Amino acid sequence: MSSPSTDDQPVWRKRSRRQALTHWVITLGIAGVVLWCFKLISDETTWSFVWSGPAQAGELANRMFLPEWYNRTGELWAEGEFWSHLGAFLADRAAYAAELWSPLVDTLHIATLGTVLGVMIASPLAFLAAENTTPSVKFVRPVALLFLVTSRSVNSLIWALLLVIVIGPGMLSGILAIALRSVGFCGKLLFEAIEEIDEATRDAVVSTGAGRLQTLTYGVIPQIAPAFAGISIYRWDINIREATIIGLVGAGGIGMALQTAIDELAWGHVSVIFIAILATVILSEWVSAKARAAVT
Amino acid sequence: MSELPEEMATPRTWKRPPLISDPRQRWALYIGVIAYAIWAFLSIEVDVQRLVEGADWARQFFAGLVQPDFVSRADEIWYGFLESLTMTAVATAIGVALAVPIGLGAASNLAIRPVYLTCRAILALSRAFHEVILAILFVAMFGFGPFAGLVTLVVATIGFLGKLIAEDIEAIDWETVEAVESTGASWLQKVAYGVAPQVMPRFIGLSLYRLDINFRESAIIGIVGAGGIGATLTTAVERYDFETVSAILILIIGTVYAFEYISSAIRKRFI
Amino acid sequence: MLEITDLTKRYPDGFEALKSVELTLPQGQLAALIGPSGAGKSTLIRCVNRLVEPTEGSVKLDGTEVTDLGRSALRGARRDMAMIFQSYALVERLSVMENVLSGRLGYVGFFNSLLRRFPSQDIQRAYKLLEQVGLEGLHDRRADELSGGQQQRVGIARALMQEPKLLLVDEPTASLDPRTAHQVMGLLADLCDEHDLAAIINIHDVPLAKEYTDRILGLNAGQLVFDGPPAELTDEVLPDIYGGEDWSAHGEQSADEEDDDDDEDVRSSGQFLAEEVL
Repeated sequence: MSSPSTDDQPVWRKRSRRQALTHWVITLGIAGVVLWCFKLISDETTWSFVWSGPAQAGELANRMFLPEWYNRTGELWAEGEFWSHLGAFLADRAAYAAELWSPLVDTLHIATLGTVLGVMIASPLAFLAAENTTPSVKFVRPVALLFLVTSRSVNSLIWALLLVIVIGPGMLSGILAIALRSVGFCGKLLFEAIEEIDEATRDAVVSTGAGRLQTLTYGVIPQIAPAFAGISIYRWDINIREATIIGLVGAGGIGMALQTAIDELAWGHVSVIFIAILATVILSEWVSAKARAAVT
Repeated sequence: MSELPEEMATPRTWKRPPLISDPRQRWALYIGVIAYAIWAFLSIEVDVQRLVEGADWARQFFAGLVQPDFVSRADEIWYGFLESLTMTAVATAIGVALAVPIGLGAASNLAIRPVYLTCRAILALSRAFHEVILAILFVAMFGFGPFAGLVTLVVATIGFLGKLIAEDIEAIDWETVEAVESTGASWLQKVAYGVAPQVMPRFIGLSLYRLDINFRESAIIGIVGAGGIGATLTTAVERYDFETVSAILILIIGTVYAFEYISSAIRKRFI
Repeated sequence: MLEITDLTKRYPDGFEALKSVELTLPQGQLAALIGPSGAGKSTLIRCVNRLVEPTEGSVKLDGTEVTDLGRSALRGARRDMAMIFQSYALVERLSVMENVLSGRLGYVGFFNSLLRRFPSQDIQRAYKLLEQVGLEGLHDRRADELSGGQQQRVGIARALMQEPKLLLVDEPTASLDPRTAHQVMGLLADLCDEHDLAAIINIHDVPLAKEYTDRILGLNAGQLVFDGPPAELTDEVLPDIYGGEDWSAHGEQSADEEDDDDDEDVRSSGQFLAEEVL
């Protein structure tokens, strides 16, 4: 660990010379890989576009949030005209916001039904995947884990992309996409909760002569009930966010309105949608936090 | 029960007390749930015609899925995959580097009030929107391609890691920090000797987890034009080239598996 | 009533937790199983109801060979052997009544148990048992709202709900304060007497064991090294069970010194004994 210094006083170092060397080699190696990766990205990038990014952003913000300040002849609106124009601008936004009500409600339905369906599929899989409840550690458990990992690896937007082709655009695809992604997430957290239960309680139920299912309903499920509720609510919150975007590929909800607005370059409408999404997400986060505090 | 006269026999019936004791609240909840379920189900419009048609699509789709084709679009797949990996690596590195100072600033027990509020605001802002929506904005700002994707992932990483780091720091054992402070350490020394060792294991774990998430996200932001394997996937889907779709999905799942394996190995080694 | 012959438990790593244990327990007898931590006390009582599968040997309950039973016959046999745990092992989120009624799970079908539909004589019995263990009126409280001693009483009521012939009791007092420990042991002894139950009580506290049981069994390293009435358990034989140096120099207290899982203050337990609290 230590090496003698010139005046023969022992010197303490955190790492030996050899450790320090490997430490530096690894750090430099990672830095090198990152730099090389950045060069690859940089080669693919039109830098002039990037430098104009802030200007573009300003332009975008202008088109999103501000009314047109100039009239067709390029002069500032005359005083009277300005107010009527601003009124028309606000009325247009308000009218569009009212149109968004129905897709927003659809988004909520997609998230809720998708979560319910996902949890319904995830629960039995979790019992099959948990080491202490699976019927067979060698055969059933790996299969259940494979399902969970597969579901988790594929984002709900990709599930939606595929489902829209198979069963067509609409809410149904969205619900299934949300559900398929939720299975892996909820299943993983649930089976971890099952593996952490108090085994003595389960033994106590077993020793009364209870059968397999009775042991599950008396010895296991009451123990994981709070975790189950917490996980479901947490995922519902995430799913609200997910449900706002899966419409981009046609799977229903407010994302479909967003897609239309972007295609039409109607940035004014895009801004209204963003505000609607933001409000929904904040609301759902608040509801979810309250509900989770109530169940646990 | 307690009001029963002493001579009364032991009760022979027992009912589990309901979860919500007030019957009006209980029934309101039941009716509310049922009404919501009906409302939600009725709002699903099912196009039967399309579903019937879908059976044929489904057949083609699953036929494609079981015959993954890595070869005929090998160049595009490899290119998209590499782009995703590079985006993931760079975005995680930059994101972690930026998340640390912001996370420190957002910890109420370390930062002074104005810094705390600023950092919390940055975190809230970067977490407010889904990655895909961020990607749409950045594509509009910086043009199509991986740079927009990179910026998206960096912002998302900051929001995710920064918040968790701040929460971890707020939950540390403060006595250790006071012990370091009482040696006359400066603020930076306090952080390096009192705070960092306590949060390091989880920080490494979270960074690795974010690496995994960034790869998965890089596969979807391509759908709105921000580069990566998502772009390749969208193209393949639009061509109804399900064999290639299958190959890409297998690649994504395999990579996520590999990431999980590697990160659990690293965690075992270092934590 | 209970006949254990040549009972051996060997774990996959080769460790022998029990070595050819021989034991016969007549009806109505209260036996304390003492011994150092890791001697195999828990393993022994868990082998009787096969929460742990014995490797070799036989366990006979009223002439029925328990070790050969299939799944459903084993359920039937388990109804006759109720178990009480150190950590109470109640289903904490269920009510006291549900915990007590869960003692009937071996008798009730799955759907009836799921809907909490138990026969009325079971419910009546549950109320009576709760009264007997001193928990009258607490039936709708959630189990985790009760104190440790109260929870252990629920555990006892649940066990008696099974109408067992034999009680398997695993460290009933180790999580309790000395006063409550005495109360619980006294309750167990009274109930066993009243219902004519045999019991194996796995216990750390030697004075408690001597006070409340009819017979002491000493287990050391998986072997039964002592079997006799409490009076014969003298300071001279304790080293045979617990190992170590001259026992009398330490007094009875040191019985618990080697146990790390025991948070009970033994010294004060001795004081309570002297004052005859119960």
